[in-house]
Amino acid sequence: MSADRSTPNTPPADGTDAAASASASGQTELIRFDKVTKRFGSHTVLDALDMKVYPGKHVTLIGPSGSGKTTILRLMMTLLKPDEGTIKLGDRYLTHEDKGGKLVPASDRYSREIRKNIGMVFQQFNLFPNMKVLRNITEAPVHVLGMDKDAAEQRARELLDLVGLTAHLDKYPSQLSGGQQQRVAIARALAMRPQVLLLDEVTSALDPELVAGVLDLLRDIAHSTDITMLCVTHEMNFARDISDCVMMFDAGRVIEFGPPEQIFTAPEHERTREFLSAVR
Amino acid sequence: MSDITWGLWELLLKGVWITVQLTVYSAALAAVAAFGIGLARTHRRWIVRFLSGAYFEIFRGTSALILMFWMFFVLPMGFGWQLAPMWAAVLTLGLTYGAYGSEVVRGAIAAVPPGQREAGVALSFSPAQTLRKIVLPQAWPGMVPPFNNLLIELLKGTALVSILGVGDIAFGASLVRNATAQSAPVYTIILVMYFVLAFALTRGMRAVERHAKAGIGQAPAGRSRLRPATGPTVTGATAPAEGEAR
Repeated sequence: MSADRSTPNTPPADGTDAAASASASGQTELIRFDKVTKRFGSHTVLDALDMKVYPGKHVTLIGPSGSGKTTILRLMMTLLKPDEGTIKLGDRYLTHEDKGGKLVPASDRYSREIRKNIGMVFQQFNLFPNMKVLRNITEAPVHVLGMDKDAAEQRARELLDLVGLTAHLDKYPSQLSGGQQQRVAIARALAMRPQVLLLDEVTSALDPELVAGVLDLLRDIAHSTDITMLCVTHEMNFARDISDCVMMFDAGRVIEFGPPEQIFTAPEHERTREFLSAVR
Repeated sequence: MSDITWGLWELLLKGVWITVQLTVYSAALAAVAAFGIGLARTHRRWIVRFLSGAYFEIFRGTSALILMFWMFFVLPMGFGWQLAPMWAAVLTLGLTYGAYGSEVVRGAIAAVPPGQREAGVALSFSPAQTLRKIVLPQAWPGMVPPFNNLLIELLKGTALVSILGVGDIAFGASLVRNATAQSAPVYTIILVMYFVLAFALTRGMRAVERHAKAGIGQAPAGRSRLRPATGPTVTGATAPAEGEAR
């Protein structure tokens, strides 16, 4: 298992969890949440969350809406800052800077540097409507990573080939269907060669007949690359296919986690059973 | 109209040229002020927002006519130098309409969906890159129609300068009226002149708007759009209250 957690109520499971040590096999974690708390006003969205994700693992976050799944992705992308706790990516803090042995909240410049390793695909695609498809993909590699323009275009063409949209590279996003836009958005995220890919309900805004195409593409990417994925989804079959670990959230806590076979066939927690029967 | 001699026509046409100049210079200054102040009002530092907000409120809340008198008569007393009437007028109109324009800029930027900035963050663009590459190009088409309104208000607002003795259309008209002792013909003529200028501006701004919309993949207005939801919405400009600019 690639992820585990502990809350103040339960002792830390690090290393003592048999499944965790089995699949971790001495590897150090890529993502580590340490007692991360996030509140919106008086509402606690995440409550002292501990979480580890090992490199190359695919973790799916499930649970009722408002349970804090998307907040985790937004914290990872530095779109939100935690109220308490720290997040690490590899051996560097994502949320904090080490200044003379003292941890201070990360500056924007520091965050920008470290989040180059993280890509995100949004529910609403968020392609740039003022740029054609090719430029949507090449803009950040060229102007953020300093990649050569020709090389970036070459790479963009390969990615468009991967997502099956080579014919559309000279179109504006508004000329594409939702499914096509989302596939461009996936190519755009991959063009940055991120270590971690965050997928935030990427099929929720799509017409039903377009969902399968996007999910097939993501299955492909999950199985053919070593990219680490953190995925919030309501597509349980998809979660079962790609996940190494499924985490069930409720009210800002991880109430259950484990390999998909276990969570989907023999959930231990009553709340998980209720949720799964509701979404099926 | 037969009373209006060639010499008097020449006076009116010179007035048109002065009015056009006033409009162009004031609009240029107003555009700079609108973007500068409009962007400052979305700045993350409160002091920048406060100062730009103060500018906006002061210039929106004062009469352009009184401000022009102030620039022309009061400023020299304080600083010891005299602005030419033309430049006192340009400064007043530019800064005043710049304040209105800053609201257009601020509103159009606020209307760009937040997901666009988030995508900018996800791709590690700097705040300046996000603004330049993502936010402003999408906000721009929404700014054009309210800017057109302001531009026409500005054109008509230039008539204020005749009071300082700048020889614009309105000033020429009062001279012609004195010479011919007839109000009807000359005021009818300059009514038409203002209308023609305003209409020309509108046509020009339409072309700018079409170009701007094509730049974000939106079909020209009137044709069906594939996904209107992604386009920035046209934001309501705070047009100057009637009577205030005059």
